[in-house]
Parts: sequence; C-alpha cells; structure tokens
Amino acid sequence: MAQPAVAASDLEARFSDILTPDTRKGYEGYIVKPEGLLAFAKALRDEYGYDYLSSVTGVDYLPNDMMEVVYHAYKITGGPPLVFKVQVPRDNPVVPSVTSIWPGADFQEREAWDLLGIRFEGHPNLRRILLWEGFWGHPLRKDWREPYYEGEHKPFKQRTSGPHFWHEDHSPFGKNVDYPPGFDPYTWEPETADQILYESVVQRTRKPEQEELHSEQVVVNLGPQHPSTHGVFRMIATLDGETVVALEPVMGYLHRNHEKIGERNTWIMNIPYTDRLDYITAMSNNFGYVLAVEKLMGLEPPERAQYLRVIMAELTRIVNHMWAIGFLLNDLGAFFTPALYAIEERELILDIFEAASGSRMMNNYMRFGGVVRDIPEDAWDMLVKLVTDRLPRKIDELDRFLTHNEIIKSRCLGVGVLTPEQAIALSTAGPVLRASGVPYDVRRAEPYGIYDRFDFEVAVRYHGDVYDRYLIRIDEMRQSLRILEQAIRDIPERGAPILAGKPQYQVRVPAGEAYGRVEGPKGELGFYVVSTGKANPWRYHVRAPSFINLTALEAMSIGNKVADLVVILGSIDIVLGEVDR
Amino acid sequence: MDGRGILQGLAVTLKHFIASYVDDFKRKNRYFSEEGVKYRSSPEVEGIFTIQYPEERRILHENFRYIPFLVYDEGEEGQRDIRCTACGICAKVCPAQTIWIVRAKDPNTGRPVSKPAEFYIDTTLCMNCGLCAEFCPFDAIIMDHDFEIAVYDKPDMVFDIERLLRPASYYQQIRPTQYAQKAAEREAKAKAKAARRGAARTK
Amino acid sequence: MKRPNGDELQKPGYDIPDELKGSVVVTTLNRLYNWGRRNSVWPMMFGLACCAIEMIATAASRYDLARFGMEVMRPSPRQSDVMIVSGTVTKRMAPLIVRLYNQMPMPKYVIAMGACASGGGPFKEGYNVVSGVDKLIPVDVYIPGCPPTPEALLFGLMKLQQKIEKQSFREVYTKPDYIPEPVLGPDLMDPRDYPKIREYTQKKLEALQQQAAQAAQG
Repeated sequence: MAQPAVAASDLEARFSDILTPDTRKGYEGYIVKPEGLLAFAKALRDEYGYDYLSSVTGVDYLPNDMMEVVYHAYKITGGPPLVFKVQVPRDNPVVPSVTSIWPGADFQEREAWDLLGIRFEGHPNLRRILLWEGFWGHPLRKDWREPYYEGEHKPFKQRTSGPHFWHEDHSPFGKNVDYPPGFDPYTWEPETADQILYESVVQRTRKPEQEELHSEQVVVNLGPQHPSTHGVFRMIATLDGETVVALEPVMGYLHRNHEKIGERNTWIMNIPYTDRLDYITAMSNNFGYVLAVEKLMGLEPPERAQYLRVIMAELTRIVNHMWAIGFLLNDLGAFFTPALYAIEERELILDIFEAASGSRMMNNYMRFGGVVRDIPEDAWDMLVKLVTDRLPRKIDELDRFLTHNEIIKSRCLGVGVLTPEQAIALSTAGPVLRASGVPYDVRRAEPYGIYDRFDFEVAVRYHGDVYDRYLIRIDEMRQSLRILEQAIRDIPERGAPILAGKPQYQVRVPAGEAYGRVEGPKGELGFYVVSTGKANPWRYHVRAPSFINLTALEAMSIGNKVADLVVILGSIDIVLGEVDR
Repeated sequence: MDGRGILQGLAVTLKHFIASYVDDFKRKNRYFSEEGVKYRSSPEVEGIFTIQYPEERRILHENFRYIPFLVYDEGEEGQRDIRCTACGICAKVCPAQTIWIVRAKDPNTGRPVSKPAEFYIDTTLCMNCGLCAEFCPFDAIIMDHDFEIAVYDKPDMVFDIERLLRPASYYQQIRPTQYAQKAAEREAKAKAKAARRGAARTK
Repeated sequence: MKRPNGDELQKPGYDIPDELKGSVVVTTLNRLYNWGRRNSVWPMMFGLACCAIEMIATAASRYDLARFGMEVMRPSPRQSDVMIVSGTVTKRMAPLIVRLYNQMPMPKYVIAMGACASGGGPFKEGYNVVSGVDKLIPVDVYIPGCPPTPEALLFGLMKLQQKIEKQSFREVYTKPDYIPEPVLGPDLMDPRDYPKIREYTQKKLEALQQQAAQAAQG
C-alpha cells in the first residue's frame, strides 16, 4: 500500500493542470476541474487503489453562486479517504457522471439531481429518485422555499411571542401545498411517471429479435403497499417467464426532507432527528452524527462516555440483526415464529435503552462530547446479565433453530449472488459487502471512537448469496458480544465524567467541513456536514447505507426467480426511513 | 438434506412451547402481580413473555419520557406556584418547535413578568425527545410517563397550560431520583447565593 | 380502564329476575352486533415509518395484540376493518393511502398513530409531508407520541373499541365511502380543489407580471 503522503504529492504533480488543493479554512482534499474529472477518477481507481466510492453529494454555496459536488473515495484495504470536489456555476450546474467508473454513484447522483438540480452528463438514467417527475423545483437549493416556510433558521420567533397556531391555517388551501404561478390544473397534462418507468424497464432488456417474435416480457410491480417490502418500497421487475431480467427500485415514498429540515435546525436539534433515520438503530445514528460534529469542534469525549457509546452501538447492532434475521425468515415464509423469538431479545435490550435514554426506540442519547446521562445501575446489572448469559445462549438457539434448516438452505443457497468485484464497484457496505468476501469494516479500516482497543474479528463470508448474508449477521452478533464483554470489563468506574464540558444547547462549531462515518449495523453510515460557524449547519448530508446498498439490488436479482425477489430484498435489510430520509 | 435441520428447529419451538407451561407451574404469582411483571421483564425470563396491558403494566423506568408537562409547587394556601419563568429556553431548543409561550403581563404596569400566561405544547408535533426538560434551568418542564392520551379529535392534541400543569408531588412520584437530585442542587445553589450575599454584607 | 369483555352484554338496562340470571342474555341486536365487531377488528398490515416498528412490536409476544382479537393483520385492504396509519404520510404516498382507504369495506376505521400521522409531527414543515392523514381521510382515533409505545397504541385501540361500541347500525354506514384520489402535479393536488388552485396561481402570475412591469418602469 502506497503511503498517502507520497500518493498525494504524486497526484498533485501529475494532475497539476486540473487539480488544486482545497485551501478554504476547515476544508480538505482537492478541487478538480469538471473536464478532467473522469481521467482523474479513473487514475484514482486503477492506479492509486481508491476503488471504493463511499459518498457523492452536492452542496449549494449560494453566496458564492456555486454548486459543489463532493466525492469521498476510499481504499478497500483501509485508511483515510481522498476527498475531491468539483465546482460548477449555479445557473448551469453540469458535472460528468462517474457512474462509468464507480457504478455505486448511480443513485447518489440521481439524488443530487433530484434535490439540488445538478445535472450529471453521461448518467444512464438521470431521473428524479426521491420526488416524483414533475415536482416543482429542486428543494435543497438554498433559495427554494417550501409552502410551510416560517423562517430561515430555528428557533422561530413566533414560539416565544405569540399564541399557538397551525401552519395550515395560514395556507389558502389549508394544506401543505404550493403551486407555480400561472399553473392551470385543467390544462395540465400529467407526466405519466409510471408509464415512463415501466417503459424504461422494458426498454433496457428488449432485443430486436423479440419485437419481431412478439415474445413479450411481463412487467411486475411490487409495492409500495406490500407486506414484504419492509415499508413503502416499490420494485418494478421485468420477467421473462419467471426469471427477472431487469429491475428498477422505486423509492421516495417516505421522503421526509430530513436534510432540508436538518439545515434549518441548530446543531443539537439534529440529534433526535437522526434517531428517525434508520429507526431500528437510533443509537448508531446518533454516534455517526456526533462524531462528524465533534470532528469539526475538535472535541474528545471522556473515557466512560466512549465506552458507553460503544456499548450502546454494539447493543444496537444486536437489536438490528435480530430484527433483520427475524424478518428475513418472514420473507421466506416462516411467518412470525423466528421473528417473535428475535423480537423477544430485542425487547429486553430496548428496556436497557429505555432506562438509559428514556425511550425505547428514539434514544437521543448522545451529545457533542459525550452522552446525556449515565446508565442507571439496575439497567447495568441487566446489561451484564444479558451480555454474559442470555444473549449468547439465545444467539446459539437462533443458530440451531435456523441455520441447518433444509428449507432455508434450499431457498437461500446460491440465490441473489453478488460477487466481490460487484460489491465494491456498487459501493455496497456492511453485511452485504462482507458476505461477498470483502472484509471491510469501518471499525477496523478507519477506527473511530475507541474501537482500536477491542479485540474482535471482522466477520466475512465468501459466497455472496442470501444464505451468507444471513450467516454473517449471526457472526456479527457474536463479535458484538465479544466487544461488549471487553467493554464491560474495561469501562471506568461509575462516577467518572460522561460529558466533556458543560451541557449546552448552543454549541459553537467552527467553519469547515467534516465527514464522520461509523460502521452502522446496515453498513457505513456517514454524515457530511458543512459549517459556516453559525448556529446551524450549512449542509447536512447523510450517506445512508440502506439507500446505497439498494444500488446492488438489480445486480443481485437478475437471473433469479420472481419469488426470490422478496428474499433478496430482505437480505439487504433496508429501512425506509434511511433509504428515503 | 435429510431433514435433520428441520427437526432440530422444531425441537427449539417445542422447547419454547413446553417452557411456557413449565414456568407457569414452577412460579407462583406469575401473573397479575408486580413480582410477576418484574420477572417477565428480566433477563431470566423463559416461557410466556406477554405483559397483559391494561390489567398489568410494564414497569416504566424512571427515565422514561413521553409528552412533557409543567410543574407547579403547591403553595400553603392551595395556590399553584408555577415554576416556569417563561424564559423560552425550551421553545428555543425544541427540535420540532412544538412549544408556544406567551409571557404574562403585570396587570397594573403592563410590563412583562417572568410567568407564562399561555403555554402550549402541540402534541401533533412533539417528538418526545426530552431536550426541553434536559435544558430547563428551573426544573419546570418534565417528561411525563402518562401515555394514555389517545383522543378522538385533533384539536384536543394541543395541550394548553391547564392541561399541562401537574403538581410537584406527581413529579416526585414518577421520578424520585431526579426530583431529589434537582432539589438538592437547588438547595445548594440557594445556600451558595445566601453565603455570597452574607459575605457581601460583611464587607 | 377496563378491558372490554362480554360482561356488558348481561346488562341490558333493566333487571333480570334473579332466577334467570346467568342463564339468559338480554340484549339489543345493535349491541350484539357491536360486541362482535369490537372484538374482531382486523387491522391492515400496512406500515409507513418508525411507528410501524412499534406496531409490529405490539403484535409480537410482549404486548400480544391477539388478546384483543386484532392479531389478524390483513395484507389486503379488502379484508380489513381498521387502517393504522403508522408513520409519516408523504405527498408521494398520499394517493395510495386514499386508494387503500377507498378499497376498504364499510364500516372502516382509521387510527392516526403517532405525531406524524396525526399532524405531520417533527417533519411537518417538510415539502413532501402531509400535515396529518386527516387531511386526506377521516380519522377516528389520534394517538400522540413519537413513536407511541406499544401500550399507547393498545390504549388507542381500546378507545376505538369504545367508539365502535357506542355506534348504531345507521351511524356506521354514514361515513363518506369514496374519496377522490389526490394527484401528483407540481405539488399534491386534490381534484376537488382545482378551481381554487387556478384562481391562486393566476393571482400569483398577475402579481409577478405587475412586479416585472414596475421594475421595467422604474
């Protein structure tokens, strides 16, 4: 592995005509000229080993009249990221698409187009992804205002000066809607988004000879209200007989404008919002966000808080994997029994969360520089009992219950295979990536918090099918228990500080950018935040693992039977709150 | 592929099935008693796991949070001393901006006084995050344990000050540790202040 | 709060002779009908967001929805009595929710579970969020909380049972049966609002033109 420093100077020398270091205060990486982006990206991937593109996102710098696209590329062997940016004028933001080099950028570029209106030239399928075709405007642009606009930032003045009101009472329609000037609903032609969708899926696989023969493929629509899509997710599959030949995931049915709201919130207000991203793993989301902001603030939490964070994050991993396995079995047709056994353990862990944080699911537990309160003693006793006695037993039981079941094996073995090359190229993360034989775990690759102190193995399996994605979750739960045991052993005594500094609701965050990432139960969860030194973030972007893992759904599904689609989706383990945000 | 895996799995479900009855025989007071509920929420539980709400209630931890309420101290003559000073920190820190405060005015002078005239919490917005209670300097807004607040009409979901006020004794009852701790803190503060004042006087 | 059971059936409002007590049940047909309906409310298996997880937890072993005769989660709206709207209703999902509601047979009930479904919740200000499912379909019970704990959901369901119990035959079928589906245009549009929308957008256009004219003059 080349030394990063050497590579950096090498890069600068070689691409001196298109590359300039980003010298803004608090920023890192390089600014690449749009015309040189593809050559630079190709060299990065093929010659410098940055083969894993983690995150692509856009930032609207309204005062500078500039749009910026930010890329975070990593080496799959581990280490810090290489950050590079492309700056384009705001009135005509056109950037070459990197999907030909990193296919994993597909959905992320579509999202940037949808929300910020940045056009990616050469993208094969540049349509809106979270909103519908025909939506008015690109909402994450700083000058775009929603119908319920009350103020640029929170807190809103009205709250401490006047009586209660409902937004809708101020709207002429009594609803959260607004329409462009001159729009006439009677002459308006609906853009038949569904029609376009169906046709695009058929077009992709239609061969000229088929048209002559009239051998038609069938388009099947699954969801968004479907009991097996884990929420409001929709898939459109083209079938040849029963075999899937093309698939298009459709999402956005739970797009809650997390990022737009996040840019209006103050820094601390975003913590409870992150709970609602992936609502099964709230603690882990908290962790990622506070890590990103602490990077900007240069804050180091005290020892005991570090341990508490690790304990909560690992418990969350167990909760999530229990849930995932239970519902994977639901998707397989083992309706509810395995899920019930798994949820039982989850409930007991949630009791600990409730005691420590106050809420079962929406924990809001971490703060900048520590955690909000120490875990109560009775909950601690319960935690120790669970970790040392009950959970290992129950995981073994789940293993015994399911792993060797012949029906599960025949439904899962060899289904939904993702090769390691595909897995890396498509930017998958977490169990999906590791089940394909790539031992990449942020906890090891770029340790955060105090993860470098723990002795654990990165679980890895090599077949990349649904069965391995099931097994890897069992493995990971066991590794989590190992970490938990060490954390319980090493944690400083009760009474040690759990928060750096005093609790405060107005934190000072210096200007700059930061990318904090954690290994969430679903994969790499990253938060890209830009601060201008004010009370709220200028840009707040979430690199959601479930969302990006879905990029690989088509690759996994092609060639499988339509009945397996549900299982393949279940094995990715998506949560719509995070997919759509 | 000889079916041994399936049998192994079925043995697990059978064990669970039997355990639910064995535990019923082994333990007395397994149902409808606090002891039983405690056992069923402990890591030792085997067998039936169900807590039969509403006859039985899960033991909520002290830190449990739902919708916030406002605390008043019961005065000697039965008057209600609202702890809230309408400083507005809770409204400022609330992520969903669900708190509306109107300051009271002195009836004689018309100047604003540090008491709330109106206080609204819109539970159609409240996300139960607890930040308001966490940053309240007067220990005046507390997260409630009462979750039985489903209503038939939407306007009932906006809680006004009458709906929000609860006595300090209720606070003490649901959160004894926190109550004691905060009371001690306040006392220490008052003592320090008195000491400072005393010191200033002797100067 | 008492859990509903069969006891009320035995209290028709007048005294039953002592010797007959326990051997006859006197009730009105209405009451019998409601007793049956109340104890077999089938929810639709339909989850939107975070609250859906708590709904599943309610159906799981710890809270056990089966005790209320509600464990039969139906994936099809055609077979369900109550729609638990568990989570944020987005504009993109709105037409589908109305369609699902239209497909449910009468009598049908809607529970708005959690802050988001009741009034938009913390996401209310968002551009893609409907401020409460009551903007689309009539709601019977609102459950505050974010998310409501399983117990809170159970309490809401018991409130619904109480409501069902008090209804009469006639009342049950008076709810609007069909609601026109909203359309996704530049924003969510209710077909019933079209005249209003045209008026509004014309006014907006005129204001803009006036502004432009003023700018040109000045």
